[in-house]
Amino acid sequence: MTTQATPNYTYNPLHLQQSEPLVFDAGNLKRGEIIINMGPQHPSTHGVLRLEILTDGEIVKDVIPHMGYLHRCYEKHAEKLPYNQVIPFVDRMDYLAAMNSEHAYAMGVERMLGIDKDIPKRVEYIRVLVAELNRLSSHFVAIGTYGLDIGAFTPFLWVMRDREHINRLLEWVSGARMLYNYIWVGGLFYDLPVGFEERCKDFISYLKPKLIELQKVIIDNKIFIERTANIGVLPLDLAINYGITGPMLRGSGLKFDLRKVDAYSVYPEIDFDIPVGTGAMGTKGDCWDRTHVRVAECFESVKIIEQCITQLLGDHKRTREFDPQAVVPKKIRPKAMDFYVRAENPKGELGFFFRTTGNTDVPFRCKVRAPSFVNLSVLQAISKNVMIADLVAILGSFDIVMGEIDR
Amino acid sequence: MTYTFQDIKEAIQTQFGADVVVAENTALQQPQLTVKKESLKDICFFLRDDARFYFDQLSCLTALDNGVEKNTLEIIYHLYSIPFHLFFILKVESERGDGKEALPEIPSMVDVWHTADWHEREAFDMYGIKFSGHPDLRRILLPADWEGYPLRKDYVEQEFYHGIKVAY
Repeated sequence: MTTQATPNYTYNPLHLQQSEPLVFDAGNLKRGEIIINMGPQHPSTHGVLRLEILTDGEIVKDVIPHMGYLHRCYEKHAEKLPYNQVIPFVDRMDYLAAMNSEHAYAMGVERMLGIDKDIPKRVEYIRVLVAELNRLSSHFVAIGTYGLDIGAFTPFLWVMRDREHINRLLEWVSGARMLYNYIWVGGLFYDLPVGFEERCKDFISYLKPKLIELQKVIIDNKIFIERTANIGVLPLDLAINYGITGPMLRGSGLKFDLRKVDAYSVYPEIDFDIPVGTGAMGTKGDCWDRTHVRVAECFESVKIIEQCITQLLGDHKRTREFDPQAVVPKKIRPKAMDFYVRAENPKGELGFFFRTTGNTDVPFRCKVRAPSFVNLSVLQAISKNVMIADLVAILGSFDIVMGEIDR
Repeated sequence: MTYTFQDIKEAIQTQFGADVVVAENTALQQPQLTVKKESLKDICFFLRDDARFYFDQLSCLTALDNGVEKNTLEIIYHLYSIPFHLFFILKVESERGDGKEALPEIPSMVDVWHTADWHEREAFDMYGIKFSGHPDLRRILLPADWEGYPLRKDYVEQEFYHGIKVAY
């Protein structure tokens, strides 16, 4: 069938093999070995990840991830757009934690412009508040779908119910449920809606017992422990060499969180802990530890949100004069420089590298160091000689988002 | 004590001789050191293993194209030391090549940091930089039979891909 857009197109099954050829030689397998293709539409791959697995019976001999099915040319687009227009594209990278990505991006551009010290405290507290709400929602998806991957259906429904509240809160703030374009370079789109702080307080008091329930139903659950403890152990030295960050690195036992290390935004004024994996149920750095860190981080995020609300109702409370766009520059034109900025996303270290030429409003180069991209690269190293079902458990514990890997 | 950019630069120069440093840019907020690409790997091993720095994390590897006029490509390595909270930025420059047969070659850093593995594949995918010594240099995001390297400044997309019109 041909259309006007595809006049020369004829279906050819060989095209698939040319565009993404197998890495393993199908004609030269040892006795008992089979190549299995998992994805790109497999439900446990969290998006459009394709895994090429070399198996011997139930044992995974080797695994090769194939990416790029969601490639949307972010970096090419960013070279054509002014800084403020890049923000919606930033949303669409890690679509589960758009506020956090916006926060990192806006922070980078502000530092390049030299206006990062002028941002009003209220704006910074609102940024941290919405980013932590979004972190909760991202961790909920991670924990819920992980349960789904390994056969627990209930927790998924529970976290989706609670995530719905967060989505509604953020929709009230920004008008969108997932892709917000709320944090602007130099400020915010709007101030919080009237009554938001109180509603948020109600939500936190609702959420606290639910988090304890979640902890009971998933990470303290015997079946869950049996399924994840001692599986997919990621030793710390390997994790650092692969550049792993975020809950995965902390799951391997290193207390490393950029919110503390770099102390950006108002995080130094807020009191919270960094949970780490200790190997309580098996070996340090196994799948259970990673999930445990995520659940524990939810409790910490709740703490941060509470302190933000106290500040937003106290020292930095709403006034008639407050303008969230007071520092927003009319023209965003940084001087010629190279700049790297990083921030702690729910998945790990999100980094932006900018090169600016000083005479346009458009970045010359905008490279993204996506946490999921780097975290996924360790999959091959730690899933040799595991069962196929455990491979799903390992992949699920990474908490990847394909929008960010393929960009 | 915390080591500054100058200290690290001097340490590199005492180890490998003064001529490994091609240029430095300290006017930036985040100063950069441009080194010879032949000695890049030794420098990286030195920075990673030296007890004064322990640059154990490669935060980011960026490739960028300066365009046809300047005719250079750059690779920028953002190093971070977790134990000492140090930052360091290394840079290498290379000719662009024509983007078809003649591709620039840069030594691969996979042996030093595994982070470089996928980042170098991405740089190869988008800029057509060959990383010599890379164990598995394939395209990572684009299809294997895609033509050209899209993030080069003079890139023109192919007209048809498997009979499907590319530009719309």
